[in-house]
Amino acid sequence: MTLVKNVTCPICGTLCDDLEVEVEENSIVDVRNACAIGEAKFLNFTDPKHRNLKPLVRKGGELTEVSLDEAVERSAQILAHAQYPILYGWSCTSCQAIRVGIELAEEVGGVIDNTSTVCHGPSILSIQSVGIPTCTLGQVRHRADLVVYWASDPYSAHPRHIERYTSFSDGRFQESEWEHYVTRLRGVLGKKRLSRASARISMREVSIPPIADPKLPPEFETEKRKLIVVDVRKTRSAEIADFFIQVEPNRDFELLQALRLLVKDEELEVDKVAGVPVDLLEEFADILISCNFGIFFFGVGLTMSSGKHRNIDAAIALTKDLNYRTKFAIMPMRGHFNVAGANIVSTWQTGYPFAVDFSHGYPRYNPGETSAVDILQRDESDASLIIASDPVSNFPRNAAQNLVKNPMITIDPVVSPTTMMADVVIPSAFVGIEVEGTAYRMDCVPLPMKKIVEPPKICLPDEEILRRILLQVRQIRQTGGKA
Amino acid sequence: MLIMSKVKVILLTGRTIDQGVSKEHGKLSKEYQEKVAICEVDSSDLKNLTVIKGLNIKVITRFGSVVVKAIKSSRGSHPGIAYMPYGLWANIVVDPHTHGIGMPSFKGIPAELEAAPSENVTPIPVLLEETFRKKPQ
Amino acid sequence: MKELLIKNGFVYDPLNKIDGETMDIAVRDGKIVEEVKKGKTIDASGMVVMPGGVDIHSHIAGAKVNSGRLLRPEDHYKDVELKTVLTRSGVGYSIPSTFTTGYRYSRMGWTTVMEPAMPPLKAKHTHEELNDTPMVDKGAYPLLGSNWFVLEYLRAKMYGECAAFVAWMMNATKGYAIKLVNPGGLEAWGFGRNVRDIDDPVPNFDITPREIIQGLCKVNQILNLPHTIHVHINNLGKPGNYVTTLETMRCVENLATDNKPIMHLTHCQFSAFAGEDWRTFKSASEEIAEYVNSHSHVTLDMGQIVFTNTTTMTADGPFQFTLYQITGNKWVNNDVETETSSGIVPFQYKRKNYVHATQWTIGLELALQIKDPWKILLTTDHPNAGPFTAYPKVITWLMSRKARDDVMKKVNKKTRRKAPLSAIDREYSLYEIAIATRAGQAKALGLESKGHLGVGADADISVYNLDPKKTNLADNPEAITKAFKKAAYTIKDGEIVVRDGEVVNSVNGRTYWVKVETQANLFEIEPELKRAFEKYYTVKYENYLVPQNFSAHQTPVTAKARIKS
Repeated sequence: MTLVKNVTCPICGTLCDDLEVEVEENSIVDVRNACAIGEAKFLNFTDPKHRNLKPLVRKGGELTEVSLDEAVERSAQILAHAQYPILYGWSCTSCQAIRVGIELAEEVGGVIDNTSTVCHGPSILSIQSVGIPTCTLGQVRHRADLVVYWASDPYSAHPRHIERYTSFSDGRFQESEWEHYVTRLRGVLGKKRLSRASARISMREVSIPPIADPKLPPEFETEKRKLIVVDVRKTRSAEIADFFIQVEPNRDFELLQALRLLVKDEELEVDKVAGVPVDLLEEFADILISCNFGIFFFGVGLTMSSGKHRNIDAAIALTKDLNYRTKFAIMPMRGHFNVAGANIVSTWQTGYPFAVDFSHGYPRYNPGETSAVDILQRDESDASLIIASDPVSNFPRNAAQNLVKNPMITIDPVVSPTTMMADVVIPSAFVGIEVEGTAYRMDCVPLPMKKIVEPPKICLPDEEILRRILLQVRQIRQTGGKA
Repeated sequence: MLIMSKVKVILLTGRTIDQGVSKEHGKLSKEYQEKVAICEVDSSDLKNLTVIKGLNIKVITRFGSVVVKAIKSSRGSHPGIAYMPYGLWANIVVDPHTHGIGMPSFKGIPAELEAAPSENVTPIPVLLEETFRKKPQ
Repeated sequence: MKELLIKNGFVYDPLNKIDGETMDIAVRDGKIVEEVKKGKTIDASGMVVMPGGVDIHSHIAGAKVNSGRLLRPEDHYKDVELKTVLTRSGVGYSIPSTFTTGYRYSRMGWTTVMEPAMPPLKAKHTHEELNDTPMVDKGAYPLLGSNWFVLEYLRAKMYGECAAFVAWMMNATKGYAIKLVNPGGLEAWGFGRNVRDIDDPVPNFDITPREIIQGLCKVNQILNLPHTIHVHINNLGKPGNYVTTLETMRCVENLATDNKPIMHLTHCQFSAFAGEDWRTFKSASEEIAEYVNSHSHVTLDMGQIVFTNTTTMTADGPFQFTLYQITGNKWVNNDVETETSSGIVPFQYKRKNYVHATQWTIGLELALQIKDPWKILLTTDHPNAGPFTAYPKVITWLMSRKARDDVMKKVNKKTRRKAPLSAIDREYSLYEIAIATRAGQAKALGLESKGHLGVGADADISVYNLDPKKTNLADNPEAITKAFKKAAYTIKDGEIVVRDGEVVNSVNGRTYWVKVETQANLFEIEPELKRAFEKYYTVKYENYLVPQNFSAHQTPVTAKARIKS
């Protein structure tokens, strides 16, 4: 048995790199330090029920097992003969594979788009219009005395974020608030138990905690590190927070602009903004100004609801305003483990982070026009290559329908609705478990993904599969196949 | 004849840790359907629907409708807000419009809920074949 | 065996004291040799032959450059590169994509480019981009002037340990030289503060910028690194900062031995400001030139302004915040734990703006008033003062008073009245241009096989369609610009890669890094380093390191350290 240390977890943008994996005869028997999702991945990835282990090509309407060479050949044929193919996915593979993917997209004159298009795409559009004051996560660990998660639920989507980088981490200038939290939790649990007991006795429904804390708790006056959650519902993360502010759905923009006014010492002539009492907002603004180092982490709650990139504009503008008063940073909570890497590689090779169109022979970028969902909704593409992602599940139905209607190639280690509907399925190896490579954390820190076990023989690395397709495409085009 | 009452809500879709974990058991697994083909509804809204938690409801928006299991929300009280984990079921009812920036509206969609005690949740393979009229693997 | 003969060109090879003689240059297997018998011949009669261009300071790769690319789609829309059979597509303008960067340097005859600001934590990013930057040899300088380990070792005056740490760092990041940016100030910026001058202590660390500069200068001497410390001063971009510049140069005067440079002061234009504020702002080029003319321990580069829309990007977070406050343009700030910060602001240099126009004169004044061209090298601090594609223009300004006067006529009136530049007649010769763009740069970098055409040198050669015997260059500035824009030939490692300004052969180029060799056990500090590392960083020690051969074509250069065991 061997213990592999310092393993980077191939799940989310938190990219924890302290996992320890026990390996016995090329199989993983245990994993330490991982969150529930990471653990589930390391212990289940070989399950043959959901692993792609055969190259498949659709023949007579049915996916039929073929040789890997045939699957590659068929993929190359589809791409070489397509007028306007979409190459989509990329956020769950290595930067090395993404590099080849961009070369392939350029070669076939297609569009390459990554999952940020339906995730933090609006955040990127916003950064492109106003910029962003940000930092690496270590700055937060060492310095932040105020952490705000806005429209983000790290407990559910980035389970170790708080423990590794924010309120429950120990830094040079800031201490972990874990012990304070445990003390407070005991108090709360005690109250809950009491109310449950009294409910049983009185046979009445258990009283539900109030929607939002109406005013700040007294311990807020103290010097300790503070954690605040702003969201449309009381998430699990909100329960951990020192304070929770509930905003009405689709009204984050108003709340952010109201805070901007307050931070600039303006007064608000209303009682409530987006469901939040103004006197509470005034206190919140004071907290924002009076910290030594504050940070907003924002989730797709802002990018996917009404206002989209305008919400991020407001959040970044607020952060910029705060830098006139103190030190403040802001960071998007990136989802997939290498979605940041997909943006980064695309940017250095083409100048643009996603939705890059090569149909004119040079990189062109115009989200809304060159982004995957829009192209599909306009029914313009005539083929696709989907890698390490599941747009058939994750795109709105009308976009997914147009994807499925045209020839679709999938490269994926696992069975998903997308691979099930594909015309070519090429099984691949898991990056970070069976293949090494580079990935970028949500704060754009590059980390090595390890190879821990050997993949099944038929499962090649994404990079190699893409290279084979690229080579064949070039051969087809040289022999005039395009005509 | 029983008249089904409807409840108007704002629909949010998003990640849950159960969805994240069950995904690693495979999207065709029973766990995945159990954790993802659901809608978290506030207890007061459930009462108005005359639905007991754990029974099925139909989520209806301008863009489509889908049957999922109703779950009582454990996340504080938020009447008028319903929550579905990301996935094939939720994406039938989300707002596909990108407003010219590439991003559909996955959150904050006006929706109606109605009790559907006699309807079943459609498993992924059936849903795929119905939606795309192509044979899934 | 691959041979090439470049016949009958006017050869400018200052390191070998060759000044325009008509000569043949022979190449075999990527190196310059005495003679060749067969192989291809290039007829360079009536053309200028120089060593390939070398750039000591150009932001071409890494986290900050890429954030700049992401920030500015509007910079790219107007300037695109089509895919060809040989080359990849891409975009410009001020922050070109990686492939485009390589092609554009090569088209101008440049063959070596150094990325001067690599955050060590993101070193892998820099190397991944350098790996995708074709045509040129490259290297990168890790940012060390606000690194916690460095500050702590130097505060305790543990120079040997600090040297061991820096040696470890060069290996860990595959770095080439020690870079200091606003020493100490970037740590202060972690809490939104800055340091005022070189004697203002860094908050929480009880060390002054002076001690950091002197300390790293000593470390550099101990390690015998090929380049000197590479310094972006405190107070960069502020009126009156020439005082800080002089103090920075003075503070290492005593450390100098045998007339050798021990400090490179980069983009000096931004550090030669006199005046109290922007209203009273004026050039301090004379004060700086006077000092440099009487001392031999520093080299400088220009950071020459070009009137255009460009993208400012430095590790100097507080300076970039000031630029944001001045312009109101979009602003990126990115602080890196334990090490550094960075900032980006788009910027338009305007002819009619007094400050910008004066900045334009300062760069040229420095280059024209510093007598020894080995001491002041040509850069635009790409893209901070302008994109590197403006080099042909800058060369022209240096070589032709007429060209300068043409610009002078169009700039701000107050600048025209006040600037010392108006009274300067000096015009660079091609020999001096070869120093400022090749020989001097390679020498300052300690790249012994670059910047010259002597036997054994790398066969990195540029040929320009320019005949100094037929044309009076100073009177025909357009001819200079035209020739340097499109090299007649660029030869990289003995291969013709560019012909008439077009890429005819795409090659990769190496990435140099410095491997320190010593008798002493440099890695004695390692156990302690590992312990502290866990506390200082959010990544594991093992995952921080850039492995050997992380990117293709990594090439170590050896430094023989003088560490006592």
